Amino acid sequence: MAVHKIIIAGFGGQGVMLIGQMLAYAGMLEGKEVTWMPSYGPEMRGGTANCTVIISDKEISSPVVSSATSVVAMNGPSLEKFEDLLIPGGDLFINTSIIDIPSSRTDVEIHEVDCSGLAMELKNDKVANMVMMGAIARVTGVVRLESLEKVMEKNFQGKKAALIPINVKALKVWKYREK
Amino acid sequence: MTEKKLMKGNEAFAEAALRNGCRFYFGYPITPQNELTEYMSRELPLRGGSFVQAESELAAINMAYGGAVSGGRVLISSSSPGIALMQEGISFLCSTELPVVLINVSRGGPGIGTIQPGQADYNQATRGGGNGDYHVIVYAPSSIQEGVDLIGKAFEMADLYRNPVMILADGMLGQMMEPVLLPEEKNPLREEDIPSVKPWALTGHKEKRPHNVIKSLFLVPEALEKNLTRWYGKYQRATEELPEYELYQTEDAEIIYVAYGSTARIVKESIQMLREEGIKAGLVRPVSLWPFPEKAFEELGPQVKNLISVELSMGQMIQDVKLASAGRWPVSLINKVGGILLSPQDIVDETKKLEVNR
Repeated sequence: MAVHKIIIAGFGGQGVMLIGQMLAYAGMLEGKEVTWMPSYGPEMRGGTANCTVIISDKEISSPVVSSATSVVAMNGPSLEKFEDLLIPGGDLFINTSIIDIPSSRTDVEIHEVDCSGLAMELKNDKVANMVMMGAIARVTGVVRLESLEKVMEKNFQGKKAALIPINVKALKVWKYREK
Repeated sequence: MTEKKLMKGNEAFAEAALRNGCRFYFGYPITPQNELTEYMSRELPLRGGSFVQAESELAAINMAYGGAVSGGRVLISSSSPGIALMQEGISFLCSTELPVVLINVSRGGPGIGTIQPGQADYNQATRGGGNGDYHVIVYAPSSIQEGVDLIGKAFEMADLYRNPVMILADGMLGQMMEPVLLPEEKNPLREEDIPSVKPWALTGHKEKRPHNVIKSLFLVPEALEKNLTRWYGKYQRATEELPEYELYQTEDAEIIYVAYGSTARIVKESIQMLREEGIKAGLVRPVSLWPFPEKAFEELGPQVKNLISVELSMGQMIQDVKLASAGRWPVSLINKVGGILLSPQDIVDETKKLEVNR
């Protein structure tokens, strides 16, 4: 696909902005055109937050999208708010750790990711968002996992470099079964 | 380094100013431009500059006045209500011919309005909210890269015209991230070089030259008249030299959108969508808002049927579009207010609904 338009949404504090920024950064490292557009305002831990990432082979005009090729719902309200923007056949990622309502869409590919459960398997619930990011990258092919690792190397320097292995592991912990 | 960096608009604008030799920044926090002030508070002292968080926007603009009077390269930034508070100072900067670059990361108004993006400061920027006859040169970037490039130009034009120059961005450009290529670091003006580069600056005559006087009070009517005539000669020159615009797919277009800033890039996507349906649309994108690029409209061909001003306001730029079109085409408005962005699909739908296109 030449253009990926990804909406990532959830509670403030779940790391949805970071997922978007890292995907955009990885896309840039791969020489692609990228934009990252956040919702902003009185957002805080526990409030809602979302961002739109576009990664494209061609110049991007609008960073605002009318429809998305992927929607990532980290919580229930986000699923309800954004699932209608997904194009038919698009990828819908659902964080089943906290979302127990089904999607109303029957014309899209649904990927259930137990972000917190899988993070706990790695004994670190802080990498739940990286579990989702890995799932996005592997299903959509929007960026390579190696590019995301490169982003981590740039973001985690000095003492923080010790955090890279667990985050890289988190990218691969979800079992993606191709249909 | 020619490596692109992924940056937020606000941070990229601040870094661009620093690389263009800006060493004085005065500001007061306001959303959605806070990252700009924050970046300056962190980076400016590291480069030997002065950062002051003022007690209000009114204080900030007057500190900028002081910095510019003594020959410094000064940046100030704020968002809509904050820029409103600065209007008196902007009028003073024009009447004292001081180069200052202002960035307005605008949001919806009037009043405190909203912290979400808006383009309802078009009149404030191009007509001015201060008293008296004056103009501020206004550039409206449509991408973070263009904003970075225009900041360099803004400093140059501020010095050349000895007049404040405004970058009119909005919350969307300020908050979003895009890869940018930053300019090479320029050496800032050294204090000892100010008297030769800016001979008008108040650097102390040290009994070696006549006193420099910078003031905005002229009690002798003829003196004020003489100054105004000179300033308007300068503004006349600006209207000849500074208009900038982009024409996008206008060669065969029957519908011409006019949009600036972040809205213009959304319009570009709408144009692609319409063209896929066989509807020929194009865009005139003013890059300079004052002077308004009237010349762009002279370049439009005979196939053009109508113009549509697309704005995040109740319709402000549309007045300039009507003046520039001089009755040659009907002019309609597609807009959104309250801090809500237009989506590419919204513009397509609204275009089809317009009487003139049915």
